[in-house]
Amino acid sequence: MSPDSDVKTLTIDEREVSARAGQTVLDVARENEIPIPTLCHLEGLSDVGACRLCLVEIAGSPKLLPACVTTVQEGMQITTDSERLRKHRRTILEMLFAERNHVCSVCVANNHCELQSMAQSMGLTHIRLPYRNAAYDVDASHIRFTVDHNRCILCQRCIRVCAEIEGAHVWDIMNRGTNCLVITDLKDDWGASTCTSCGKCVEVCPTGALFNKARVGSPHPKKPEFLPYLNLMRNA
Amino acid sequence: MTIEELEQLAISVRRDNAKFDYQVNVCMDLACASQGAGAIKEALDQAVAASGKNVLVRRTGCMGPCSHGPLVRVDPEKTLYRKLKSEHAEKIVGALGSKPVSELQCDLSEHFEGQVRVVLENAGYIDPSKIEDYIGRDGYKALLSMLTEMTPNGVIHRITESGLRGRGGGGYPTGLKWGTVAKAAGDTKFVVCNGDEGDPGAFMDRSVMEGDPHRVIEGMAIAGYAIGASKGYIYVRAEYPLAVSRLTAALRDARRVGLLGMNICNTTFNFDVEIRLGAGAFVCGEETALLASIEGRRGNPRTRPPYPASSGLWGKPTLINNVETYANIAPIIRNGGKWFHNMGSERSKGTKVFALTGKIANTGLVEVPMGISLKDIIEKIGGGVPGGHKLKAVQTGGPSGGCIPANMLDVGVSYDALLKMGSIMGSGGMIVMDDTSCMVNVARFFMEFCMTESCGKCVPCRAGTAQMHTLLTRIAEGHGSMEDLELLEDLCATVKEASLCGLGQTAPNPVLSTLKYFRAEYEEHIVHKRCPAGICKVSHVEEVTA
Repeated sequence: MSPDSDVKTLTIDEREVSARAGQTVLDVARENEIPIPTLCHLEGLSDVGACRLCLVEIAGSPKLLPACVTTVQEGMQITTDSERLRKHRRTILEMLFAERNHVCSVCVANNHCELQSMAQSMGLTHIRLPYRNAAYDVDASHIRFTVDHNRCILCQRCIRVCAEIEGAHVWDIMNRGTNCLVITDLKDDWGASTCTSCGKCVEVCPTGALFNKARVGSPHPKKPEFLPYLNLMRNA
Repeated sequence: MTIEELEQLAISVRRDNAKFDYQVNVCMDLACASQGAGAIKEALDQAVAASGKNVLVRRTGCMGPCSHGPLVRVDPEKTLYRKLKSEHAEKIVGALGSKPVSELQCDLSEHFEGQVRVVLENAGYIDPSKIEDYIGRDGYKALLSMLTEMTPNGVIHRITESGLRGRGGGGYPTGLKWGTVAKAAGDTKFVVCNGDEGDPGAFMDRSVMEGDPHRVIEGMAIAGYAIGASKGYIYVRAEYPLAVSRLTAALRDARRVGLLGMNICNTTFNFDVEIRLGAGAFVCGEETALLASIEGRRGNPRTRPPYPASSGLWGKPTLINNVETYANIAPIIRNGGKWFHNMGSERSKGTKVFALTGKIANTGLVEVPMGISLKDIIEKIGGGVPGGHKLKAVQTGGPSGGCIPANMLDVGVSYDALLKMGSIMGSGGMIVMDDTSCMVNVARFFMEFCMTESCGKCVPCRAGTAQMHTLLTRIAEGHGSMEDLELLEDLCATVKEASLCGLGQTAPNPVLSTLKYFRAEYEEHIVHKRCPAGICKVSHVEEVTA
């Protein structure tokens, strides 16, 4: 039997499911309509395991493991929802909201923001943590797009889509810790960078950090669904 | 070079050294060098030339008790002189052959008696820039005898038998790691040495790399033979320029005499080592970040598995150990696994080098057998807390470790015992604190360190450490509430359990351990707006600037 046809059986939240070897826990859970929250994961891009929202409990492991990069093993017993996980996920969301300046009422992505809807689905009504109120820059030098670092959650989707799909690798990250910024080229103005203006980064951005100037004042839904299709066509 | 040639060279080096009536060893490690050891050596050279005595003046690596430096030791009497200046040189040379200069002499016998030196066996005895000095003290004997007598499996067996555990902090069994990499599929494998020592108050690895660089290279070459690798990388932080230049010179010398390169000792074994410099990121001490940095990418950790043992540098199986771990290898091969296994405590074998810093008389490097009590390290070897102050706590393991209160210091040093007390062995930094240290301030200091050193990839570490730092600052400045304390504990739990790599997972340890043992101090800051140690600037009114 070749490794590709190797089938694993495991349980997720006490449901018995089957999976192909090499699949991630997240893939299998989503196939079976078991919800696991994610922010940095996006179907069609590589995974980095950075947002830590998809952490799950696996029987026999004291550590919590990120579902997006954990591959299935035979007989795994996975819990995707527990008091402990809910508590961590809420705290992580709170950290994100308090870290930069997420003011939904004035945000271009209002009602179309993954961070906002995640908070809503978790019933997050207020933040216990002190807001940091740190000021970050806005770069509107590009003719069509703007990056507002105040709304960036550093999920790195823009970096990955630019490098892996568009093949331009214009986006990257600079600095450390809370000073991290996504940058174009070597922190050139976006408008003066080697950007191909394809707009993929804007479509995959989960918040209003990257937006299309033309959509300011009107609803700005993002459409990252093109990615799996694009990948399918590329591999065909 | 064959083993016979090596032995001949060793004999001739020893014979050359024996020609001298006296050997004056001048410690030229960073601490002593920064206080003028270079000028002292020059003055000694001149004084020796003028006196006409048959004396060898040698520069050496770190002798240990740095706070007494610049240090000079005169052999064979083993007279130790402390706090020297160049004008003392004539006196010292003049006293050779008669009574030592008593006013400059220092008696640190209690400091040295409790120590067992394996990693530091050559420190203070060899000139680190001379490969001959290392060979004269059985250097490279382990490598060459292993190449001619042992199989790779035999080497791994010996390391496993010794019970050596990783000295970088985690304490993973070294033999098991080597065995895993050896079994990993693939023709190309790599040996990596982690010399990115970044814990505040830790300088063990620097001293080893500066004072005995060949020991690290030999350990790596042995590892290369054991796992089937022909290429090694030493990752050294750029803040250690002396270590880099000593290692560079050592590699050049080892290649020159044929101890690195192709067909070492006329066998089919090829091995060479390249140095890679860090660029100032603490997180690059984390193994996956370190590998990314060697590859030339941003030093961000990634999730494991896959572990470097199966997929490391450029996706190839990679063995990654710390400097001190490699420094233990040659003696184990030379003396056998049992010899090493007989030292130390039940589950932690051998010795451990600690960097004693803070409120302690003998600041510097010590090497002690595992299992020795923390109290003995501090009171006997370290000389206790100076100035009539009272010992309060010991911080081990740097920003990933915790503070152990004075009443728990009877515990023997081992990986498990320290973990149980809420700290970790870590790479070996040991910061001693007395009653003038505020534990809230200590926790805040380490949190600030973790906050600024977090790579920013995962949310709990990036945003969580910043939040914890804000809360700790609030408490330290007297604006905290009991709810803040609760929130702090909540954050500790999430940052610890949800972070991606070791930096985040251990970042809450300084807070957790001080909360566990010194909660009253936190409450004093919050309830009575008072810092018991008088360190924090506590104010009753919060300044509003925004």
